[in-house]
Amino acid sequence: MASQANIQELEKIASQVRRDILRMVHEVQSGHPGGSLGCTDYFVALYFHILKHKPQFNMNGEGEDLFFLSNGHISPVWYSTLARSGYFEPKELSTFRKIDSRLQGHPTPEEALPGIRIASGSLGQGLSVSIGAAQTKKLNGDNSMVYTLMGDGELQEGQIWEAAMYAPHHKIDNLIATVDFNGQQIDGSTEQVMSLRDLRAKWQAFGWEVIESNGNDMSEIVKALEHAKSLTGKGKPVINIMKTEMGAGVDFMMGSHKWHGVAPNDEQLTEALSQLEETLGDY
Amino acid sequence: MANTKFTYTEKKDTRSGFGDGLLEAAKKNDQIVGLCADLIGSLKMGAFQKEFPSRFFQTGIAEANMMGIAAGMTIGGKIPYTGTFANFSTGRVYDQIRQSIAYSEKNVKICASHAGLTLGEDGATHQILEDIGMMRMLPHMTVINPCDYNQTKAATMAIADHVGPVYLRFGRPVVPIFTDPNQKFEIGKAITMIEGTDVTIFATGHLVWEAVEAEAILREKGISVELINIHTIKPLDEEAILKSVAKTKCVVTAEEHQRNGGLGDAVAQVLSQNQPAPQEYIAVNDQFGESGKPAELMVKYGLDAKNIVAAVEKVIKRK
Repeated sequence: MASQANIQELEKIASQVRRDILRMVHEVQSGHPGGSLGCTDYFVALYFHILKHKPQFNMNGEGEDLFFLSNGHISPVWYSTLARSGYFEPKELSTFRKIDSRLQGHPTPEEALPGIRIASGSLGQGLSVSIGAAQTKKLNGDNSMVYTLMGDGELQEGQIWEAAMYAPHHKIDNLIATVDFNGQQIDGSTEQVMSLRDLRAKWQAFGWEVIESNGNDMSEIVKALEHAKSLTGKGKPVINIMKTEMGAGVDFMMGSHKWHGVAPNDEQLTEALSQLEETLGDY
Repeated sequence: MANTKFTYTEKKDTRSGFGDGLLEAAKKNDQIVGLCADLIGSLKMGAFQKEFPSRFFQTGIAEANMMGIAAGMTIGGKIPYTGTFANFSTGRVYDQIRQSIAYSEKNVKICASHAGLTLGEDGATHQILEDIGMMRMLPHMTVINPCDYNQTKAATMAIADHVGPVYLRFGRPVVPIFTDPNQKFEIGKAITMIEGTDVTIFATGHLVWEAVEAEAILREKGISVELINIHTIKPLDEEAILKSVAKTKCVVTAEEHQRNGGLGDAVAQVLSQNQPAPQEYIAVNDQFGESGKPAELMVKYGLDAKNIVAAVEKVIKRK
């Protein structure tokens, strides 16, 4: 269990990660701040409290928990989290989306950025990859866990449901998937674009252990991930339907899909940063 | 048939070479795992499944997921061999291969049966003729198309020792076994089957046997043919190609594939940049296939020995 002091510590890190996201996206005037800000608390809880991992990166990740990001467009939050947890120097965040950078617009292992094990960006593929990695852990007698995050709009991809059918059939119970349930996608709300209907019922019908959580409350997301972990090892994969707010942490970016793939201008950046404490020092 | 330089006593399908090679490779290397999308019998993966049930994974009719699972399984050291028809191994899952396997440089072996026209009666929906092109366009990808049972078996075993994504293409019908059962398969190394001086035939897959038959006919007509088996289309053995064409000065390429994007284009690219030479293509000419017996289709679409003979006579006149 996380103490109150732990939670406050995590919240401080999250504030810095949000500053990193905004500054990265602002500098190149491209990237995806909305979903990145919405998932910041999840990433910080995962990397600074839940994952048993080694920042001395090894592709095979034997004996450590693995994380895969399926909705690769929220790379800014992942890059910042990796840097702040020691995978590489935070100053490298300034190269995001620039030529010759290891921090590609969407994550890739081709540039050998520590922490990245698979390319993502074209949606719907990360759940399959995570299941495969989880199966290899089982074959290798490795008791560590596999975590993955996907978007809610991403659930419109057919491959997700192929994977959803496969994992319970093969009793993949060392996997905790999370859906970033912010209800928004590029063309509008998921309700308008392509209704997801009852997600809990869908995943349950496919044979998953389903939990729901609030992804923008550090204490609650930590509790939810600890709870998810307690449900592993029982013959079923676990999915965490995590309610978030796109743009969380910056008042004028919240409650809309408008900031999905739009960078703040100079004024907006100043206004946004004024709402977020610099806790670990800007890169 | 005329007096061919290679003979055979048995015919067998190349997919059986894959099945037997997979079993043998898996006995030697315990990191090999097998995945199949509801086609165990067609892919000849049954023996592997029986011998190594804990290393075999049925994915159901869900090829996109199979490619993703395979990519994920490499993380931690497994060497996944995926098995389904060539159409469902490439076109259906191109983006999964592109992102999760090729761009991610994952050690997945994409094993594809029933390639080309010789799939026969099922018709054009399943007769993929674009797969070599699609796969050779992907950076990091190795593309292999062996010619008979023995070579397919050897290739299936050899790719386990190559780190990186591989597309291994083979077929459905029984065809002559005419290569050495104990051959060492070297990825990227072309094999000169017959030496000659008037023309070079670069053939791949099932067309290598057709070219063996064509050579016998041409020899009787006084034409000296050099026949080179290009089992690896990528990386292409440029040195062997240039060396042979420096001698013969003209080329016929032969493949069970569209002329767009296949072996012929790969060879033409090398020649045009180094030593341009007249070239004729034995390939399907921008058409879909159709139902029929494999041998009938090979004749109708111009992929048999007789058409190779005609192409050789034509290209020699263009020298």
